Amino acid sequence: MPTLVYVEDHEGEPVKGSLGVLGKAADLGDDIAAVLLGSGVEPLAESVGAHGAKRVFIADDSALAAPLPQPRVDVLAKLVESEGFDTVLFGASVLAADIAAGLAARLDAGLNWDLVDLELRDGKLVGKRPELGDSVVAEVGWTSEPRLALIRSGTFEPSESGSSPEIVRVDVRLEDFSTKAVMVEQAHEESQGPSIEDADVIVAGGRGLGQAENFSLVEGLAKALGGAVAATRAVVDAGWYPYATQVGQTGKTVSPKLYIACGISGAIQHKVGMQGSGTIVAINKDPNAPIFEYSDLAVVGDVHEIVPKLTDLVQARRGS
Amino acid sequence: MKIAVCVKEVPDASAPKRLDPQTLRLDRSVAGALNEFDTHAIEAGLQLRDEGDEGEVVAVLMGPERAADSLRKALAIGADRAVHVSDEALAGSDLVATSKALAKAIERESADLVLFGQQAGDSDGAVLWAAVADRLRLPVISQAASLEAADGKVKVKRQTEYGYDVIEAPVPCVVAVSDAINEPRYPSLKGIMGAKKKPQDMLSLSDLGLSADEAGETGSRTEVYGLSDPPSRGDSQRIEDDGGSAAEKIVEYLSSHKLI
Repeated sequence: MPTLVYVEDHEGEPVKGSLGVLGKAADLGDDIAAVLLGSGVEPLAESVGAHGAKRVFIADDSALAAPLPQPRVDVLAKLVESEGFDTVLFGASVLAADIAAGLAARLDAGLNWDLVDLELRDGKLVGKRPELGDSVVAEVGWTSEPRLALIRSGTFEPSESGSSPEIVRVDVRLEDFSTKAVMVEQAHEESQGPSIEDADVIVAGGRGLGQAENFSLVEGLAKALGGAVAATRAVVDAGWYPYATQVGQTGKTVSPKLYIACGISGAIQHKVGMQGSGTIVAINKDPNAPIFEYSDLAVVGDVHEIVPKLTDLVQARRGS
Repeated sequence: MKIAVCVKEVPDASAPKRLDPQTLRLDRSVAGALNEFDTHAIEAGLQLRDEGDEGEVVAVLMGPERAADSLRKALAIGADRAVHVSDEALAGSDLVATSKALAKAIERESADLVLFGQQAGDSDGAVLWAAVADRLRLPVISQAASLEAADGKVKVKRQTEYGYDVIEAPVPCVVAVSDAINEPRYPSLKGIMGAKKKPQDMLSLSDLGLSADEAGETGSRTEVYGLSDPPSRGDSQRIEDDGGSAAEKIVEYLSSHKLI
């Protein structure tokens, strides 16, 4: 099963989601390659090898500097065809989803998305995709090769298992239409502290905080725990907190070791973004809040009273 | 500016969703509704049309005959014309097959701008635009939180995990808008009354120059094997904040689970 994993990069680092997918691929087979597509990405190859890629294909070209999908589709399509990869895996992101779908059309290849697991069953690759608000899991497959898959972000933890990879440089030849969309201004991280996708601890705030100013409670607890701050769509829409911190269907999918939800009712749109978390603690004064149905520790009480006390206790503990 | 807006019918959000035990795909026989995410794309199209001197918004839908109700809603909201791609052979089409048929239908329109909503409310699919754009060989920009058109190009603010990018592309191009881009208007009574009189084309596979084996399950490259239960989260504990003891109990819990 010659498998290619697309490794996305951001600010000079491979993104965690891609490395997690790479680790999963290395668990499933031996013939695992990764591809880096960007400008100045060559130094990332060692780290990508350490995470499970035996070969790392590198297309290092200024035309690939901006995180836009179509030039990447061009390079990937040629690479998949010339090297005969039968499986191409992506960790889901805004960029990766557009690349994967473009590649599916270009190669007439099947794409399964939002997968939370992959396994080999009698030599056949089977993906698992939660459906109907994650109440059921569909087992999905492909009827031809190459098989393309987008893995839900935060599904697999990266693990360092490999060694120094073989480096293969790839030519960059782009289609005319692929270079017409141009990046005028690239986003810079707006949030401070650790990014929520990489954080081991997340403290999230929702409408139950009452007002934007009360996010300082959430920030205080996050700081005490060495974690990141996240927000629900409702409070992002209300302008209380930046979009970059939004968890849920239209935001990020996160899977920290600990997720503390403060004043969050837990609508399905939020649930799909955080239910992969290790331990979920929810604090809400409504004893019937949906979030309690999928919390490990359900705390019925007022966030305004509990969170500051909790922050003090955690600080005292960690300080000692 | 001529704008094609791709819309989809999804099962009505108020109807309980279920999977068809035969096909293991979503049961679409329940009452349908226009995909809410697509109303943001219609709204974006109408705003751009109304900025210019002349223009047209064409709603393009692929789906069974009864999905005509959703197209009519798009017309009632303000689209000028509708194109309905409908053929029994299209049932069960995946991304590869759907993008092929839709691209053929859009190609006939020679639109300056092709718009999509940010996701399908039923399958949570959020990738179709990129596949359609590749087949049309047009530039694509997704997750548009704002969209301006002037001087033969569009300027888009794209929402990503890292914040906002600004991306420009010449027309013709494909843009998928996020639901943060606008507040869609509701159909007016006049719009609803007038919708029936607006032109509606029906296109079959043969009208698109496609054969039946390029569509539906034979034209698809993915399949569903079976269903299973999601993993359970295990036992959970509940505490009430009696006399302000909750914070201590949370710390005990975190400590016993080695989380602090």
